[in-house]
Amino acid sequence: MNATLHQPVIEIDKLVTHYGTTEILHGIDLEVHEGEIMIIMGGSGSGKSTLLRYLLGLGIPTSGSIRLLGQDITRCDADAMYQLRRNMGVAFQGGALLSSLSVVENVMLPLREHTKLDEKTMRIMARMKLEVVNLGGYEDMMPAELSGGMIKRAALARAIVMDPKLLFFDEPSAGLDPVVAAELDELILRLRDAMGMTIVVVTHELDSAFKIADRITVLDRGHILITDTVTALRASDNERIQSLLNRTPSKERLEADAYMDRLTAG
Amino acid sequence: MSYNQRQHEGVSIIELSGEIDLSQSPIARQQILGVIESGQDLLVDMAAVSYIDSSGVASLVEGYQAARKNQRQFALVAVSNSAMSVLSLARLDQVFPIYASVDAYFQQDD
Repeated sequence: MNATLHQPVIEIDKLVTHYGTTEILHGIDLEVHEGEIMIIMGGSGSGKSTLLRYLLGLGIPTSGSIRLLGQDITRCDADAMYQLRRNMGVAFQGGALLSSLSVVENVMLPLREHTKLDEKTMRIMARMKLEVVNLGGYEDMMPAELSGGMIKRAALARAIVMDPKLLFFDEPSAGLDPVVAAELDELILRLRDAMGMTIVVVTHELDSAFKIADRITVLDRGHILITDTVTALRASDNERIQSLLNRTPSKERLEADAYMDRLTAG
Repeated sequence: MSYNQRQHEGVSIIELSGEIDLSQSPIARQQILGVIESGQDLLVDMAAVSYIDSSGVASLVEGYQAARKNQRQFALVAVSNSAMSVLSLARLDQVFPIYASVDAYFQQDD
């Protein structure tokens, strides 16, 4: 896919965020184009989960802007955000299914919240999405009865039940066996191809990222190291990118003064 | 979305056009179920459909199920590539009777 032919549907401009007094993201710029699969990668503490949280409108940044489908979510009112959420789907890392509802009732939740469709129509839509994620026939099961892979697939079914323009997927492969993880990767590709969804995946799984990405952005300590294609990423001579790709521990020189300050502050 | 309904050789044909999304699919659903409940065979002509979402596809599923229950014929005709992608995602391309055109449906019946 040639993403440059398409309009940006996510535009992040000079995003700075804090957690308490600690600055987490230090001026992030990123564009994601319509129909693109963008992978956000980075190690623990890189800021990738924080970036996702702000993309979902779950935090107010210190400065900068985030435009989703042309709307600046750092400045829009609650009503505009509610309308925007109709076009957004999120599959959370742990699934975030409601434990007291069956699988199909979980998948139907966004339809109940955002539409006045007939009950039968909603149920058929939910069942269709369960078929898409290979959970046909499991609709009456409760979340506690599902395996890890099934929970992720049920969460994905719920995320796509409204046919969102933007799909966010947090760690789709984490904790799954390789076969189930590969199936989820295939599913993400099929969703993009069939529905034209723009998909942002946060992951630290290299195999998965390389398989599905149009472009990858690598976060490191709150900065973007690179945003480019898989080929360009592999060819990069940046030490920290290569460290991430080759799964080698960081061997950067310790900043002695800063380290001592951290140990002895206060 | 707009729609037009006509009769041809005793079969009702609903021609849907434009975007069938969350706001429009209830109208399509009402038309489709209305024809089936009146005891007629139905072709849904999708040649002019520019976009159909899951709620639109769900309406087609409901129509087909109602037709089977009432022992009436139900088929989709002239399904665009983009609509076919949506149907294929849930493997419904293997479920619905689908014809290239209205003529193809009646030739098949001959």
